[in-house]
Amino acid sequence: MISPRYHREIPQRYRLEAGKCKQCGNISFPPRLVCPKCKSKSFETVQLGREGKILTFTIIRVGPDKFSKETPYVVAIIELNDGVRLTAQVSDCDVDKVAIGDKVKLVFRKIQDEGKSGLHCYGYKAVLT
Amino acid sequence: MIGIVGYGSYLPRYRIKVDLIAKQWGADTEAIKRGLMLYEKTVPGTDEDTITISVEAAKYALQRARIDPQKIGAVYIGSESHPYAVKPSATILIDALGIGPHVHVASYEFACKAGTEAMYVAYSLVKAGEMEYALGIGADTSQGAPGDALEYSASAGGSAFIMGKENVVAEILFTNSYTSDTPDFWRREHEFYPRHAGRFTGEPAYFKHIHNAGKNLLEKSGLSPKDFQFAVFHMPNGKFPQEAGKKLGFTKEQMEVGWISPWMGNTYSGSSPTGLSAILDVAKPGDKIFMVSFGSGAGSDGFIYKVTNEIDKVRDLAPKLRDMLDNDKIYLDYGEYAKFRKKIILNE
Ligand SMILES: [Zn+2]
Repeated sequence: MISPRYHREIPQRYRLEAGKCKQCGNISFPPRLVCPKCKSKSFETVQLGREGKILTFTIIRVGPDKFSKETPYVVAIIELNDGVRLTAQVSDCDVDKVAIGDKVKLVFRKIQDEGKSGLHCYGYKAVLT
Repeated sequence: MIGIVGYGSYLPRYRIKVDLIAKQWGADTEAIKRGLMLYEKTVPGTDEDTITISVEAAKYALQRARIDPQKIGAVYIGSESHPYAVKPSATILIDALGIGPHVHVASYEFACKAGTEAMYVAYSLVKAGEMEYALGIGADTSQGAPGDALEYSASAGGSAFIMGKENVVAEILFTNSYTSDTPDFWRREHEFYPRHAGRFTGEPAYFKHIHNAGKNLLEKSGLSPKDFQFAVFHMPNGKFPQEAGKKLGFTKEQMEVGWISPWMGNTYSGSSPTGLSAILDVAKPGDKIFMVSFGSGAGSDGFIYKVTNEIDKVRDLAPKLRDMLDNDKIYLDYGEYAKFRKKIILNE
C-alpha cells in the first residue's frame, strides 16, 4: 500500500513543483529542506518547464514484476531546459532509436496501478519531440 | 458574448488498421471499409486513459485561452471510460493543471454524448454568471468486444473547451437537446464490454435523435443549412454522420473538415467535440458551425457556434488536430493491440 506517499508527492509528480533557494537561486527537485549549495533553509515554490533533452538512458529488458509485461522500455536521465535533472520513463518510442541528446517533453501519464483494485498512480513521463 | 475561449485536443499516437481486425475474425475487409467507411483507429498507450487524455487536451486548451487556471470555476469530464467507478476523473486533472481547489468538479456519463453534456453545463454556468470560466471535456478510451462490429470503431482521444465571456473564439449562439428512453446500447455495472442492439442502433436511435435535435436547433435559430460553413455530427463510424447530415440538408463539403472518424475511429465522448476542434483549427472569423452529438440511451445535444476574430490569435498556440491525426503514428498488429487493450488473460 503506497497511497499516502503517492498523495504526498502529487505536487512533484503532477505539476513538477520544485524548491528554488531564495539565497543562491539553486533549484532542488524534489524540493529539499536545506539547500545543497548554500545551506539556506528558505525556498520558494517554482514550476519546472516541461521541455528538455536526454542526458543518458538505459533500456530495461527484464523489468521488475509490476513492469515485466511492459518490456523493453527506456528509463532516462533528462535535463530540463532550466537545468534540473530528473529520471523518467520515455514512452511511445521505438527503444532502439532513442539516443543521447534527443529532445523530449514531459507529459502526464499513468505510472502504475496498485494491483487490481487499488489506486491508479499518475505522474510524468517523457516523450520524444 | 459567451462561448469557447480556448480549445485543445489530444489523440494517442498508436493506430490499428481495420484490415487487421477484420483478418483476425475472418471478416470481409473491403465490406467493412465500404460499409462503415473506417480505415484505421487510434489506440491508447498502456499508460494512457481518459484522465491522461483529458489532462493533455485541457493543457492545450489552457495554452490557447491564455488564462490563469485558478479562474476556472468548474471542470466536467464526460466519458464512458472513466478509470474509476467511484472517484471523479477531474479531481486528478485539476491537481495536474493547477486548477482549484476552489472549483466545482463532476464526472458525466451518457455513452457518446457525455462530452457535449460537459460543454453544455460549462457554458450554462458562465452564462448564468456563476463563474468567469468553466472547462468541459469529452474523452474516452472505449472498448468493443473482440469480433464485435464496435471493435472496428471504438478508439481513444478527447477534446477540452474552456467557456468564458472575454476573448471568445467561438460564440455559442443556440443550443438544443433531444432525449428519450431508447435502449440501443448499454453496459451493466461490472461488465467489461458494452452490449448493443445491432441494427436498432441506427434508425430509431442515432438518426432519430440527431435529426430531431438538429431540426429543432435550426428552427430555434431561424437559420438554414446554407448559412453554415461547417457541420459536424457524432461519428460512430464514417458512414452515419454523412447520412445524418445529408438528411438535415448539409453538403459533403460542409462536413468534410470535421469528418475525421475514418482515420480516428469513434472516440465516443470525444467524437463530435474533436471534429469541432478540427474545424476551429481552420475556420475563419464569421464562419458558423453546426454541431450535433449523440449518446446511446439516447440523446443528442446541438450547438451553433459563430467564429470570431480571436480565432487567428489562438489557433497556433497548441497542436492542431489534423497534424495529430496524420503524423507520428505508431502502427500495432492485432496481438500488440490485444495486449494494449488488456484483452489477453494473464496470470496474476
Ligand atoms: Zn542556496
